[in-house]
Amino acid sequence: MTQPPVVAIKDLHVGFRSDKGDVPIVTGVDLDLPAGKIVCLVGESGCGKSVTAKAVLRVLDPAGRITGGQVLLDRADGGSVDIAALPMNSRTLRSIRGGDIAMIHQEPMSFLSPLYTIGNQIVEALLLHRRMGKAEAREAGIDMLHQVGMPEPEIRFDRYTFELSGGQRQRAMIAMALICQPRLLIADEPTTALDVTTQATILALIKRLQAERDMAVLFITHDLGVVREVADEVAVMYLGKIVEQGPVEQVLDAPKHPYTQGLLASMPRLDADFKAPLEAIAGAVPPPSRRPKGCGFHPRCRRALAGLCDMSPPPRIADTGRMVLCHAYGPEAGRFPAAAETRRRLEIVAHAAPKQPAPLLSIRELKKHFPIRKGFFDRIVGHVRAVDGVSFDIMAGETLGLVGESGCGKSTLGQTLVGLHRADAGSVRFAGGNGPVDVLAARGAEAKALRTDIRMVFQDPTGSLNPRLRVRDIIGEVLDIEGRLSRHEISERVETLLDQVGLSRAYADRYPHAFSGGQRQRIAIARALASEPKLVIADEAVSALDVSVQSQIITLLQSLQKNLGLTYLFVSHDLGVVANISDRVAVMYAGRIVEIGETEAIFRRPAHPYTEALLAAIPGRGQRARPAVMDGNVAPQGCPFAPRCPYAIAACRQDRPELQAAPGGQSVACIRAEELHLQTPVAAA
Amino acid sequence: MTTLEQGTDLPRGHDGHWALVWRKFTRHRLGVAGGIVVLLAYLVALIPEFLAPVTLEAYNPSYAYAPPQTLHWGVESENGWQFRPHVLAYEMVVDYNSGRRLFTPDPEGIIDVGLFVHGEPYRLIGLIPTDIHLFGPVEVGQPVFVVGADRLGRDILSRTIYGARISMTIGLVGVALSLVLGILIGGISGLFGGIIDNLIQRLIEFVQSVPSIPLWIGLAAAIPMSVPPLQVYFLITIILSILGWTSLARVVRGRFLAMRNEDFVKAARLDGAGPVRIVFRHMLPSFLSHIIATVSLAIPGMILAETALSYLGIGLRTPIVSWGVLLQEAQNVRTIASAPWLLLPGAAVAISVLALNFLGDGLRDAADPYSD
Repeated sequence: MTQPPVVAIKDLHVGFRSDKGDVPIVTGVDLDLPAGKIVCLVGESGCGKSVTAKAVLRVLDPAGRITGGQVLLDRADGGSVDIAALPMNSRTLRSIRGGDIAMIHQEPMSFLSPLYTIGNQIVEALLLHRRMGKAEAREAGIDMLHQVGMPEPEIRFDRYTFELSGGQRQRAMIAMALICQPRLLIADEPTTALDVTTQATILALIKRLQAERDMAVLFITHDLGVVREVADEVAVMYLGKIVEQGPVEQVLDAPKHPYTQGLLASMPRLDADFKAPLEAIAGAVPPPSRRPKGCGFHPRCRRALAGLCDMSPPPRIADTGRMVLCHAYGPEAGRFPAAAETRRRLEIVAHAAPKQPAPLLSIRELKKHFPIRKGFFDRIVGHVRAVDGVSFDIMAGETLGLVGESGCGKSTLGQTLVGLHRADAGSVRFAGGNGPVDVLAARGAEAKALRTDIRMVFQDPTGSLNPRLRVRDIIGEVLDIEGRLSRHEISERVETLLDQVGLSRAYADRYPHAFSGGQRQRIAIARALASEPKLVIADEAVSALDVSVQSQIITLLQSLQKNLGLTYLFVSHDLGVVANISDRVAVMYAGRIVEIGETEAIFRRPAHPYTEALLAAIPGRGQRARPAVMDGNVAPQGCPFAPRCPYAIAACRQDRPELQAAPGGQSVACIRAEELHLQTPVAAA
Repeated sequence: MTTLEQGTDLPRGHDGHWALVWRKFTRHRLGVAGGIVVLLAYLVALIPEFLAPVTLEAYNPSYAYAPPQTLHWGVESENGWQFRPHVLAYEMVVDYNSGRRLFTPDPEGIIDVGLFVHGEPYRLIGLIPTDIHLFGPVEVGQPVFVVGADRLGRDILSRTIYGARISMTIGLVGVALSLVLGILIGGISGLFGGIIDNLIQRLIEFVQSVPSIPLWIGLAAAIPMSVPPLQVYFLITIILSILGWTSLARVVRGRFLAMRNEDFVKAARLDGAGPVRIVFRHMLPSFLSHIIATVSLAIPGMILAETALSYLGIGLRTPIVSWGVLLQEAQNVRTIASAPWLLLPGAAVAISVLALNFLGDGLRDAADPYSD
């Protein structure tokens, strides 16, 4: 007899009270969470996956309520409890939270209390659910920290949250969740805020702990790569319903629902043809108060049939562990034209950047250090070497991707180039309209011209637009300050720009709060283009967007580059996006460029151990040839990567390596580049 | 060509900031109620001559400490009940054993009262000469004490109404001064940072650590007796704002510091905006609503401070009449025990302060309408 699932969600409905009445967020979710399996719940922002997870533990926001359905928990002693029916403050519910079901979150900094040591918080969960003495609990806590891979657990046990790194905080949160041996672990985007390499270690940790304890895991994410890496089963959510569900290989390799197909096609992937243009899902996720009639996905669906998909809700077609919610597989399947295969363009679209003899931007030995001040008098005790001697060229008309993990200095580099920071040393030469300009020393008219020639697109679409100005004023601000054009001409230029970025001209009179994230980013791009720049620095411009919106913006950037002859410096931590959009890639670590060259060379024939580690850490590639990189510090002398490098020799810690030619055609800063044979998960073309 | 995005048209896209703020404010019922009461209070402060039955100085010695007269609606006569609103005159007898005055209504002494009666002439808002009063005795000069009389036989209701003019406006002048000082100093502190910020913050801490009431008492006592009352009024407001600007400066500085790191301010810098343009076009509008909320919460503090100073006798003095000055009459416990209606100005202070607090609460919640 098969064991009942640890938690069975049946026909769950969750709504939010608002001044417009009850807004349904989750409309009929059925999900089984069996022991020993990792079930991934995938969807974009607004689909209701976090709300579902919170509803299981009854920790919804105050405005949210479960309006229907059951959440059946199979307790260890054999009984079954409907969590949805329990009163809010019941004892049973409190004993379930932390005891039977535990949850970990995306942001450990806000989840862990800054007032107590992590040891204190881990042990609190233990003391609440078990009878134990303090000393015994402390030992159990340290043991738990050791199991989750925290270095030096006895010392870290008495540390505060802010004294730990991002990965360590996440481990502390996992320890807190698992200390009472829960039967179900709900992980709500636990690795989204982490670096690729840290993410790889945390994912491996969760998999290992799950296997050891035969736990059920509900893993919520928007990253299909992570799904492929950890999941046994995957459920895809859209607008509060599960539209496809099944074993992970089946769903990801042969997706049935058009939304799943669209998601997979719009994700930048590091396969043989990573330069293939991304396909975007048309339209955007509607707000929950404006759900379409019939099938929720039909306005954006390639296969939608008028008269059917917009009238009646789609049937649930279930078949040996696989489920899809779509008319095209139901009783009306015959009316649909034959399904097109998930289109994958096999020919590599060669983006031939015209090779200019002289580079557009030449950077030599650029340095930017931030002083560390300590003590009552703010004495300078050291420097954070954010940018530590960077030299490279950006050619006109190309897209140079700048990739690296958080803290490597890529954002600081971009901001120094555009003028937000003042560089401490080095030189930057820009091939402006009137001859070469020294960017760092420019004053007056030259500085003014630079401001219009080099523009920036910021990461956060919400924070980068002034909420008090209309779109027209935001986009036209640079022209208004320049003073060259009249009011009327600026207005016309704004309308042209809105056309170019794919927004309606009527939007010029609106305020930013009326737009979605993707639309706001388009406005930000229009602002950057307003002054007809030559170089646009995109500082993580797509990182804060959903996957389907990301692909729209990437396509937009590429077409703008072709039409307007722009040059991009594309700063990002997402290797897939960088591979897709860039002609050349520069890999940055600890303020230095460690490898730079054509995208093909970097991804297919990496020459630096750090590039290899980055590529190996990408989830879902199935590549575990090298063990994941350990935590380490940056060495003050010699190669900055030496403490973490599996190939380091004594000489690496002595001299700082400079960029030199590598066999694959790129430049690499590694003294062992000639002799190392590094691996890459990207298949050969 | 890029695909034209089907905009999911979110509603209210055309609304400016103030429309959103207003919409959020109207949802806060207590705030709206407070706002209405505050509006009424300022209306009273604007046209006290019209609203008060008698003038400020009108007195009637035979009615000293007279209790409130009940309003009767009609008279029983041979023809039945007649609608004739009136109050009854008092007969006053001194009880020599207890030393108290006993007032008994005289059923024969009918004093007709009415709406829009003629009374003492005055100039409405200082411009329009008229003599209509909203409410009062039909016959000029008859004693009508709806809320009782004070020790000289002056009408408490009228004096309280006149007191609103000073009490409600002293808050405004004081807060306006604090506002200017607070924005200036707080803005400099937040915008420049570094050592200037350090020094200004230490100064603020010093000012805030001085105990306020003794400081006010000291400064108010320093005003010579010979200074005319109106100038005393202005000096008092200056004194009040000396201590009042610090909390506003802190708020302004905090907002400046927070906003300096916002991406849209960085974008404005990259667009070429100078510091003046950044401050006035990009930063200031964003926290104007917060400033309004803080200001509306600072006014009650001013009102209470003035009331306290005047009550202690070191603030305003007669002939300038504020609620605090009126409350001086009520300093005597024996007096309160026998004439509790003297505390009406205190009720007026409480109501207006509460209303302003509710209004400020509502404004503060509405100041950030984007958190919806």
